[in-house]
Amino acid sequence: MNPALELVLRLVILLLVFVVMSLVVGQTEHKVMAHLQGRLGPMYAGGFHGFAQLVADAVKFVQKEDVTPREADRWVFKLAPAVALAPYLVVLAVIPLSPTLVAADVGAGALFVLAVSAVGVLGVLMAGWSSANKYALLGGMRAAAQLLSYELPMVLSVASVALAAGTVSLTGIADAWHPLWLLWQLPGALVFLIAAVAELKRTPFDMPVAESELVMGPLTEYSGLRFAFFLLAEYAGIVVMSLLFAVFFLGGWHGPFSDSLGPVWTLLKSALISVLIIWLRASWPRLREDQLQRMAWLVLVPLALAQLALTAVWVVFSSR
Amino acid sequence: MPGLIKGLATTARTLARPTQTSEYPDVQPYLPPRTRGVIALMEENCTSCMSCSRACPNWCIYIDSHKETLPATTEGGRERQRNVLDRFAIDFSLCMYCGICIEVCPFDALHWSPEFEYAEFDILDLVHEKARLGQWMATVPPPPALDPHSAEPQETTAANKSARTAPTEST
Repeated sequence: MNPALELVLRLVILLLVFVVMSLVVGQTEHKVMAHLQGRLGPMYAGGFHGFAQLVADAVKFVQKEDVTPREADRWVFKLAPAVALAPYLVVLAVIPLSPTLVAADVGAGALFVLAVSAVGVLGVLMAGWSSANKYALLGGMRAAAQLLSYELPMVLSVASVALAAGTVSLTGIADAWHPLWLLWQLPGALVFLIAAVAELKRTPFDMPVAESELVMGPLTEYSGLRFAFFLLAEYAGIVVMSLLFAVFFLGGWHGPFSDSLGPVWTLLKSALISVLIIWLRASWPRLREDQLQRMAWLVLVPLALAQLALTAVWVVFSSR
Repeated sequence: MPGLIKGLATTARTLARPTQTSEYPDVQPYLPPRTRGVIALMEENCTSCMSCSRACPNWCIYIDSHKETLPATTEGGRERQRNVLDRFAIDFSLCMYCGICIEVCPFDALHWSPEFEYAEFDILDLVHEKARLGQWMATVPPPPALDPHSAEPQETTAANKSARTAPTEST
């Protein structure tokens, strides 16, 4: 096929998958969180159990007025949602659903993923700083501290998996997976899961956006489509982090009939992780800012380092 | 840590149970017997004694009436007087639904009805005039059965009491 046409096709499909999966996760969150709390969730929009609720929300956000506060730093304010959303789109492009099904096959996938998702931190910081609002600033600062602190445990746990697989390529890591990894990579998996939930600023790590305390944190001054993009970024983040967890620690496409059903297994495993993240939101209270930081530096980093050491020892002994 | 797991278990259990939410306008709520929704007026029973208007703590009942004289039925007899009700209105924006007016009415002209969907866009439309109060009578349910082990109602005890016998020679 004409390379330019193939590129455009891949981009279009990627964009569609990105938006559809984020909306599906968003709708799942509405319904699952509702039932976890003894409610029904959206029932009205779209007739059948409110499946079109997020579409209705999107229409609502699009028709709102685009307001920029007078004192705000205009271009930083306007660009922040894009800077928060785009990294997740780029990361989704390199995640393989099966050895052959990937939008962009990058040799150093794990490295690329970690580097690009760190850019998303900048979006939240831009939003908080440029809003000219003290609550937004406070939320932005807390978010920046939180996201930076939890980058390290995430990087260390991914390093452990890459070391065990012997490659930084995402396809290679998932290929090298073995069910025994569930046992001896378990600390690393837990560290990645906790760090991922913290990177997404979701409960129990949603101090930056603690509704009852900081209005909406760095998102306070946002309305309309820009606000919708921040929300979309949160759900896109859940999609991306669940897929990454499935690829790194659950073996991605491994499972019965993996030749034909490979992508289904990857999606199924990441769906389970997404539901777990939603379950955590409905069940656990919020960590205070200092508890959050303490957990990152005094619990997760030592645990990830221990996991890395264990992996290194195992790799050295198994290669003899 | 064990508390965290218990929290997860609680929410999971809530997920497994069917939800109690009843989706209101599609599903009507369950209203127990003797539900108080709106007050209905049976105009034929009302004698304009003004007991309800006086008893209402919020003064939300407005009554206008005038006396009419009816000619005597027999020749040389007394003319009879009747109260004619001109206006009977209850202002439901003031009403606190205490039911004192219904309890105090000696002629059973006022009744409770379980209807509750009469919200209006204009607060002045919450004053229900005689005609509308009469229309609510169609929605008044028959009185529910008494709970078990209740005392006999006064109507039946009065009816069952034997008639007064003639005085005996000893008195």
